[in-house]
Amino acid sequence: MAEVRLTTPISEEEIRKLKAGDTLYLSGKMFLARDEAHLRAIEMFDEGKELPFDFKGLAVFHCGPIVKQDDTGQWHVVAAGPTTSSRMEIFQDEFIERFRVSVVIGKGGMFERTTAAMKKYGCVYAAFTGGAAVLAADGIKKVEGVEWLDLGTPEALWIFEADNFGPLTIAIDSHGNNLFKDIADIAEKNRPKAYEIIGASKE
Amino acid sequence: MEFAPIIEKVAFNLMKYSATVLPDNAIKAIKTAYEKEKSTTGKAQLGAIIKNFESGAEKSTPMCQDTGIHIYYVEIGADCPIDDLGKFREALTNASRKTTTEVPMRPNAVDPFGSNSGDNTGRYIPWINWEIVSGDKIKITAFPKGGGSENMSTVKMLKPGVGLTGVMKEVVDWMISAGGQPCPPTVVGVAIGGGADIAIKIAKKQLMRPIGEPHPQKEVAEMEQKLLKAINTTGIGPMGLGGNITSLAVHMDYAMRHPASLPMAIAVQCWAARQSAAEISADGKVKYLHHDIKD
Ligand code: SF4
Repeated sequence: MAEVRLTTPISEEEIRKLKAGDTLYLSGKMFLARDEAHLRAIEMFDEGKELPFDFKGLAVFHCGPIVKQDDTGQWHVVAAGPTTSSRMEIFQDEFIERFRVSVVIGKGGMFERTTAAMKKYGCVYAAFTGGAAVLAADGIKKVEGVEWLDLGTPEALWIFEADNFGPLTIAIDSHGNNLFKDIADIAEKNRPKAYEIIGASKE
Repeated sequence: MEFAPIIEKVAFNLMKYSATVLPDNAIKAIKTAYEKEKSTTGKAQLGAIIKNFESGAEKSTPMCQDTGIHIYYVEIGADCPIDDLGKFREALTNASRKTTTEVPMRPNAVDPFGSNSGDNTGRYIPWINWEIVSGDKIKITAFPKGGGSENMSTVKMLKPGVGLTGVMKEVVDWMISAGGQPCPPTVVGVAIGGGADIAIKIAKKQLMRPIGEPHPQKEVAEMEQKLLKAINTTGIGPMGLGGNITSLAVHMDYAMRHPASLPMAIAVQCWAARQSAAEISADGKVKYLHHDIKD
């Protein structure tokens, strides 16, 4: 299991080198998108409208940050822990197909549709430690901008400049491996052993 | 004597410190888990958690962006010379409101028929658990509870015939399906007996015990140990990314049950095992029990 440091935009070749279980520290431009921002981006793309910036090779972070604005209008990150990624499963594959982002960051894992899209287009899912909001904020050098504030601050499209943001665990790589699925399978396999400890029958 | 002004100040401190600094027993439990974790991924997660809460404590910022729903436990000594008991609720509510802007804590009180109140208060919130105890002191515990782990709490009405083994099986099955969702390593509070409401109250209260301190009754302590071992056999690990430490401890307790029922409750605490307590004596002196708080 390797420890890798990458700066966005990341090429498909670099992404393909990552394996599930690797540790990643990310620098460069990343953007935050939750349910609403994903939907709006896909809709705009399909209507042929121009997006605020090119997502290609960038990292998208499932996060609704706590931000504050100072007197000069500059935004600052107070806390930025990951939100549960499974909510994005229903459209993450379409998002990857259209925008060719290279990294999806979140917590709790994603499923088959996303895993398939990541394999096809060269993208990875990187898990950030749940609740580790201070660590996350430490890895963000600066808020570069924000779009779609009409969605509300947690749902808006925030653009961050990351500086060794991590540690991130590659949980889905671009070769079809999904760590969360592997762990679920392991837990299933271990269920009888757990039953044995408590003296329950193994059905 | 008037206690409400003291209570407001103390409750503010307790809520603030609970959000920003983990109690020593939780720090120790997570650091021990780090030593014991065999999986590299699991160890990396625990390492990140440790770095995160140390950095939060240093900067006096909340260790997690979800600063929870505000809960207080108040134990009032029957012999405490209190003249303003009726003002206690208001004092605690004021304290919670103040933490929202001054810590800051995330506004987490949402009206199901409206919107976010914006200040962590509203109908029934902060929730206050009152208890009259013997003695002449007042004890207050601030216990903010995060949503991710609370979503994994449950009550089940079992058939008494399944017995204690049936109870343990429910716990194991439940924690396997919870997987990484409650931000493990977790503390699992288990209670049986009483009724649906009684069981979940007892289960939640177990989360306030020093992590890993066994139940004083031998049979219960043994069951706690078995459950912990079983949960940690699953391999779910820190953050559900694999490892041998899925839970830090299982804390169990019970009440008498109705002959026809076997209620059981599971209350789940994430790694951010936040709480802070203080004792106020009859003369108004304050002693903080978890944190070194001045003023
Ligand atoms: S479950 Fe706990 S650690 Fe995880 S995000 Fe919620 S409050 Fe934070």
